[in-house]
Amino acid sequence: MRNPLSETIVRIQPSGIRKFFDIVSEMKDAISLGVGEPDFDTPWHVREEGIYSLEKGRTFYTSNSGLKELRSEICNYLYRSAGLTYQPESEILVTVGGSEAIDVALRAMLDPGDEVLIPQPCFVSYEPCTILAGGKPVAIRLEEKDNFRLTPEKLLEKITDRTKILIMPFPNNPTGAVMRREDLEPIARIVEEKDLFVLSDEIYSELTYGDKRHVSIASLPGMKDRTVLINGFSKTYAMTGWRLGYAAAPAVILKQMLKIHQFAIMCAPTTSQYAAVAALRDGDPDVEMMRESYDQRRRFVLHAFKEMGVDCFEPEGAFYAFPNISRFGLTSEEFANRLLREEKVAAVPGTAFGACGEGFLRVSYASSLKNLKEAFSRMSRFVERLDREAR
Amino acid sequence: MREKILGILEKNARIDIRDLAVLLGESEVSVANEIAEMEKEHIICGYHTLINWDNTSQEKVTALIEVKVTPQRGMGFDKIAERIYQYNEVNAVYLMSGAYDFAVFIEGKTMKEVALFVSSKLSTLDSVLSTATHFVLKKYKDHGTELVEEIHDERMLVTP
Repeated sequence: MRNPLSETIVRIQPSGIRKFFDIVSEMKDAISLGVGEPDFDTPWHVREEGIYSLEKGRTFYTSNSGLKELRSEICNYLYRSAGLTYQPESEILVTVGGSEAIDVALRAMLDPGDEVLIPQPCFVSYEPCTILAGGKPVAIRLEEKDNFRLTPEKLLEKITDRTKILIMPFPNNPTGAVMRREDLEPIARIVEEKDLFVLSDEIYSELTYGDKRHVSIASLPGMKDRTVLINGFSKTYAMTGWRLGYAAAPAVILKQMLKIHQFAIMCAPTTSQYAAVAALRDGDPDVEMMRESYDQRRRFVLHAFKEMGVDCFEPEGAFYAFPNISRFGLTSEEFANRLLREEKVAAVPGTAFGACGEGFLRVSYASSLKNLKEAFSRMSRFVERLDREAR
Repeated sequence: MREKILGILEKNARIDIRDLAVLLGESEVSVANEIAEMEKEHIICGYHTLINWDNTSQEKVTALIEVKVTPQRGMGFDKIAERIYQYNEVNAVYLMSGAYDFAVFIEGKTMKEVALFVSSKLSTLDSVLSTATHFVLKKYKDHGTELVEEIHDERMLVTP
């Protein structure tokens, strides 16, 4: 029999998260700080709207680009949160999670050999999706000393004649880094000068802490025409299982994205779309409550790392802390594995988010205070032991 | 800071002051002071425990009693309320808008005990015009907390 598989897909490594998941799953009663989703249930009024749509028998396909009502609400939201004006008819595509939007955007924009700049550490799917779209992923190593932000120097270093897309994964999973307006400005200038396009993954846009709010690069002068803005409902409204996201992009790009979506997906789940309308209309107080709760736990986690003498960059967004564990002389993977086996605490090795995540650990604080307290007391015991061993 | 302290304490009165300070990014001393202040100002009126008595072997009956009254000269609603809420059996008294004046929550060991209290103590008050007693059959949610079942974290242990 001939090899039934595509060379391309076989060469792609499965996600490091998956590998770690398999190890964790074997452990009984491990406390997991490895969860990449909110610990809240979807607000009831949102769920209720989904249920109501089912009761009403709204169980048909929607238009390919999504419910008109939802696209309008998305435009309203982008206007009130970022001052961006998009046309619901031609510039919004409702997708199956932000993940689909990433995939579709890359496939719509890449030709074989086009290079995609991917600042790492970052979410796991940009690289494989780039490869599947025929592009060439080029990693940019973000550093702790730069607050894990993308600097113009680092960007310029990697731009070649083939560079077409820059991925902007902020607020960042796993580091929690947020780009300020003043950080975005020089980046936007380079993008314009070098005639690049931006895929801005803003799925954590509502989860930033302190007085600095997320700034969308699309809102900078000249950028809207070059940016595919991706967002969704998973993190903001605790709706991960509903699988609903969206892309906002110039009509010329969106039209082609819609084509791929049309043939591969048809449309995003109808029930989820009805629920999402309610989320955008009346969900602001829920978001505010969740943000405050994450922020409290963020402070708790930072304090706990400080107490145990582990350096940790102060995250300003998402719900992850990214402590630097390099001083223990273990690789991220060794550290995570030992922490799991010896203390039954699961945290994802930084390397799952790119090679430059070596020496770091991703700790999700989307977990109850009770869990966090227990996990950190175990972690602290573990760190003490490592320090004793080193002596 | 007060609102945030109250927001947390309302859900978890037993939280350690140290943890509370960390969560709010404030110093332990200032949080402790603020709480002491609020106790003094009667903003914080107590630290009670939310008990689901249905899960104990103890028999308990709760009733909501709608009370209509005629406020008398020199004796507004507050005075009448006082005569009601002084009883130990009375758990809560609210002045209401609408069809009746006071909502009175009473706890007793048996229905008979509650009924007796209403007929002999409450109805006999001069200002009370009428009462209507409703017994609570089941409590689903109290003080913003679902009493029905413990919630389990069903998320997968590791996700991107």
